[in-house]
Amino acid sequence: MAREYPMGLATREAYGQTLVKLGHEDPNVVVLDADLSKSTQTHMFGKEFPERFFNAGICEANMVSMASGLALCGKTPFVSSFSVFLIDKSFDQLRMCVAYPGTNVKVVVSHGGISVGEDGPSQQAIEDIALACSLPGFIVNVPADEVATRALVRRAYERRGPVFMRVGRPKAPIIYAASEQFELGKGKRVEVGDDLTIITCGGLLIESLRARDQIEKEFGLRASVVDMHTIKPLDGDLIVAEAQRTGAVLVVEEALADGALSSAVARCLAERLPTLAAFVTLPDTYAESGTPAQLYDKYGLSARGIAAAARKLLDRKATAK
Amino acid sequence: MRDNRVVHHQVSEQVGENIDFVKLEGIAREIRRHVIRMTAAAGSGHPGGSLSVVELLVAFYFSVLRHNPSDPLWPDRDRLILSKGHGCPALYAALAEAGYLDREILTTLRKLGSPLQGHPDKRFLPVLEASTGSLGQGLSIGIGMALAARLDRLAYRTYVILGDGEIDEGQVWEAAAYASFHKLQNLVAVVDYNKYQLDGPVKQILDMEPILDKWRAFGWDAIEIDGHDLRQIVPALRREPEGRPRAIVAHTIKGKGVSFMENNNEFHGKAPTKDEAERALRELA
Repeated sequence: MAREYPMGLATREAYGQTLVKLGHEDPNVVVLDADLSKSTQTHMFGKEFPERFFNAGICEANMVSMASGLALCGKTPFVSSFSVFLIDKSFDQLRMCVAYPGTNVKVVVSHGGISVGEDGPSQQAIEDIALACSLPGFIVNVPADEVATRALVRRAYERRGPVFMRVGRPKAPIIYAASEQFELGKGKRVEVGDDLTIITCGGLLIESLRARDQIEKEFGLRASVVDMHTIKPLDGDLIVAEAQRTGAVLVVEEALADGALSSAVARCLAERLPTLAAFVTLPDTYAESGTPAQLYDKYGLSARGIAAAARKLLDRKATAK
Repeated sequence: MRDNRVVHHQVSEQVGENIDFVKLEGIAREIRRHVIRMTAAAGSGHPGGSLSVVELLVAFYFSVLRHNPSDPLWPDRDRLILSKGHGCPALYAALAEAGYLDREILTTLRKLGSPLQGHPDKRFLPVLEASTGSLGQGLSIGIGMALAARLDRLAYRTYVILGDGEIDEGQVWEAAAYASFHKLQNLVAVVDYNKYQLDGPVKQILDMEPILDKWRAFGWDAIEIDGHDLRQIVPALRREPEGRPRAIVAHTIKGKGVSFMENNNEFHGKAPTKDEAERALRELA
């Protein structure tokens, strides 16, 4: 029976609102942005707490290192910009000032993946998750809806040490009940099925759930759908439990094939329980302008593309038997 | 505000208003001897840019910084960041002379498990204010500390030592723009202007002159001094803030104090041999 998901806030909006709440609770929370605060939604914090909001101008490198200086003096800085400008431009600063000394800096980026849409590839971060996962000590999160974002931003705040989180630009359907609890590093099985497990995160969770409905309707087969909101550290126990039960794992992510969720799941399965698997990722190229829905469809990430990949994997599973 | 506070740092007790420059010069000589012994024992390191920064570090730790080696994390201590991290042998030696480290460990520089890593590493040596070594980032870290002081209404000042080659980095100028725009008068940048970078004289690699004009154009109060003359360094570093950040361009000599190392860029990133170390120590006796 297909569930209906009401439209909710964009995850970036949930981030901005949560920052304001944290700002009221803790005077040591500070926020830095690089002239994109209206897009990242940190402007809400800036309006409420102007003395604790630092707009670096279009100087991402300076912003990240400044955040580390604030952290070294006991502040809890959140730094935000478009993903591509923050992590691609300031990778050495994230490495040198945040990951390496382990400073308590939270990096929350918007406009990750191709769902940025019309602005095109210069604004679409497709390398960001792999880059973030490559930084030792970083936790890497991609929440799927406003409920998950609110909870995970809080978990990030509570953790002492670096966190990277990708939030999205488009409005996101609400998947979770408002009371849902989240823990860093613990994935969520949103739907249960015995034929196949789809492991995904972020904006592709809803596409995966829709794909699940299609597979059930068309083939009478049932998929588990796992929201792996924390890519690093990966919830290996959940993956292994699923793989044991379904014997087929489909990873779906809005990132390149190497270095992000696909790589992490593949490594986990190779080490612990070699399992039939397939990967729906961005192709090894830069995308183009278009609406998010058009781009998901063209680059194979829509429910239709996911269902097709699932079908192929299920065929392989049947042949293997 | 600074002058009215209860002073709880070691420096004023040690030196007070009557600065014993002869004593400071003696400490500088001792630090140079450490640098030679440390880099020779390690067989690697950066003696040239360590020797150029010695008087600056002596001025900081023995006459300028409000700090307390027996309470190194005192929240209102002045912060000093060695952004040109490769000069760390001199920093470690200064920390030892100031009472933060046991002198015995100095010759463990760059050895496995030593707190004295090849570049400053806060994980191994928590008294360091920041881990540095990838050039261009220290001034931005310093801005973060200066902003924290402003938020917490603390009186400490933040000092950042930059290399002259380091100011090639674009991030330094992002930081320069930000600090003056936000009137961070509690921030001081000191450029160790020893005229060389790794590949050769700065005049041949990337000449940043006119350096003073650049800082001034970015809204800083900029002055230049002889970076080996403690009688110029101490008053320059102690000068009261005047509503904006200050840049002090310190003219120095790479390899200063050892005749065959001075202005000899071979010793940018090469340790003295045993023989060279002995000759150097004789000169520094």
